[in-house]
Amino acid sequence: MSIRHSLLALLQDQPRYGYQLRVEFENRTGATWPLNIGQVYTTLDRLERDALVARDGDDGEGHVVYSITPAGQAEVRSWFAAPVERNNPPRNELAIKLALAVTLPGVDVQAIIQAQRVASIRALQDYTKARRDTAANQRAADTAWLLVLDSLIFQTEAEVRWLDLCEARMVQQAQSAAAAGARKTPNGAMEDAPLNADIRR
Amino acid sequence: MSVQGPQQVLELAKVGRTFGEGATAVAALRDVDLTIDAGEFVAVMGPSGSGKSSLLALAGGLDRPTSGAVFVESTPLAGLGLNELARLRRRAVGYVFQDFNLVPTLTAGENVALPLELDGVPARKAHRQAADALRQVGIPELADRFMDQMSGGQQQRVAIARAIVGQRRLILADEPTGALDSTTGQGVMEVLRSRADAGAAVMLVTHEARHAAWADRVVFLRDGRIIDQAAAMHDPTMLLTQAGL
Repeated sequence: MSIRHSLLALLQDQPRYGYQLRVEFENRTGATWPLNIGQVYTTLDRLERDALVARDGDDGEGHVVYSITPAGQAEVRSWFAAPVERNNPPRNELAIKLALAVTLPGVDVQAIIQAQRVASIRALQDYTKARRDTAANQRAADTAWLLVLDSLIFQTEAEVRWLDLCEARMVQQAQSAAAAGARKTPNGAMEDAPLNADIRR
Repeated sequence: MSVQGPQQVLELAKVGRTFGEGATAVAALRDVDLTIDAGEFVAVMGPSGSGKSSLLALAGGLDRPTSGAVFVESTPLAGLGLNELARLRRRAVGYVFQDFNLVPTLTAGENVALPLELDGVPARKAHRQAADALRQVGIPELADRFMDQMSGGQQQRVAIARAIVGQRRLILADEPTGALDSTTGQGVMEVLRSRADAGAAVMLVTHEARHAAWADRVVFLRDGRIIDQAAAMHDPTMLLTQAGL
C-alpha cells in the first residue's frame, strides 16, 4: 500500500492537516488499513522534502496545513494512470509452506491443506457475513468498505481453489507413483513414493 | 413468515450407505453423524465422489441408508412406508437441484403449487401459497410465465419457491447454482439464507467455497466420512488480522 500516494491524492482534493488526512483515509477505505498518525507525519515530511507538498501555515488552532504542489499533482496523475506493479509480489507464506512440505519427507501435506482450507473457509464465512450485514443497511460511506470486502472474498476464494488444485495434484501424483511402484513389485524393487503415506489415509 | 417446529430438524445417526455387494461393494458414506437445527444453514463440501449427493439423498428420504438412522423432525424415516415417506417428502422437505427439474408445460405458479395439489390441498389455496412462495423468492410477477419465457436464474427461483412452498422445514439443495452466472448464483444464496433466517433448516451441497461461505457451518466430506467442520467466528475485529492487513 502506498501511503505516500494515498496522502497526496487526498491533498489534491483540498489542503488538510495530518489528523484530517488520517481520518479521511480511513473513511474512504472502510477503515481496513488503520494508519498510524506517526506514519502520516513522517510521510508528510518526506513529501515536503521532495517538493510534492508545501506547508500552508497554521489553521489558527495549531494544526499545520499542507497543500499539494504542481509536482505533487503530476505524481498523483501518474500513480492513478499506472497499474499496480506485480513484479514484486508479497511473500506468500502458504505457498512457501506447501512448497517445503511437498519436498520434505514425513510431512502430512494433506493435513496441512485441510487445516488451511478450514481456516480459509472460516474467514470467507466472516467476510461474507460482514458483506451481507453491510449491504443490508448500506449507507453511501459503505461503498468503499463493500469493495474492500469483495476484494477479500475473491482473494480467499482463490486461495481455497488453489488448495483444491494442490490437493488434486497430490492425489494424482500419489496414484501414478503407486502405479509405478506396483509395476516394479514383481522384481522386488518397490519404489519409495514419499507422497503416498500422506495421501492414502 | 417464520417456520415453527422442533429445534432439531434433521438428524443422521451413524449413517452408512454402501452400493453393490461383496468384492465390488463401494462405501459411499460411512458412520456419518450430522444434525441440522431449525434456522441453521449447513453447507457440505468435498471432492467429487466424496459422498455429498448420497448424503443429501438420504437426508431427504430419496434413498435409504445401509446402516444407521435418519430422522426428519424426530420421525425415523426407516419406520415409514413408501406412501408415508412420500407424504413426508411433500410436506416437510423441499429439494432444489442443479437442473431445476421444473415441468415445462406448467406456469411458474403451477409448478410451485404442484406438490401441494399432489398432497390434496385445494387448488385455490395451493395457488395462494404458491404466489406467497414466489413473492418470497422475489419474482411474484412471473407466476404466469412458462419455463421457456424465463432466464436460468428466474427458473432456479421458481425451483426454490417450489422447495419452500407450504411450511417446509427442511430445504435440501444440490449444487443449485451450477448452471448460473455468479451474480445470479449469489441471488440464490440470498434466498436460501433468508429461508434459514426465517427458521428453516437448510443443507447445501456445493464445491464452491464462495457459496459455502453463506452457511453457518461448513462440513467437509472425504471418502464418505465427515473429516472437519468450520463455523464462522463472527468476530469483525479478527477479519483484518486474518487478512494480514
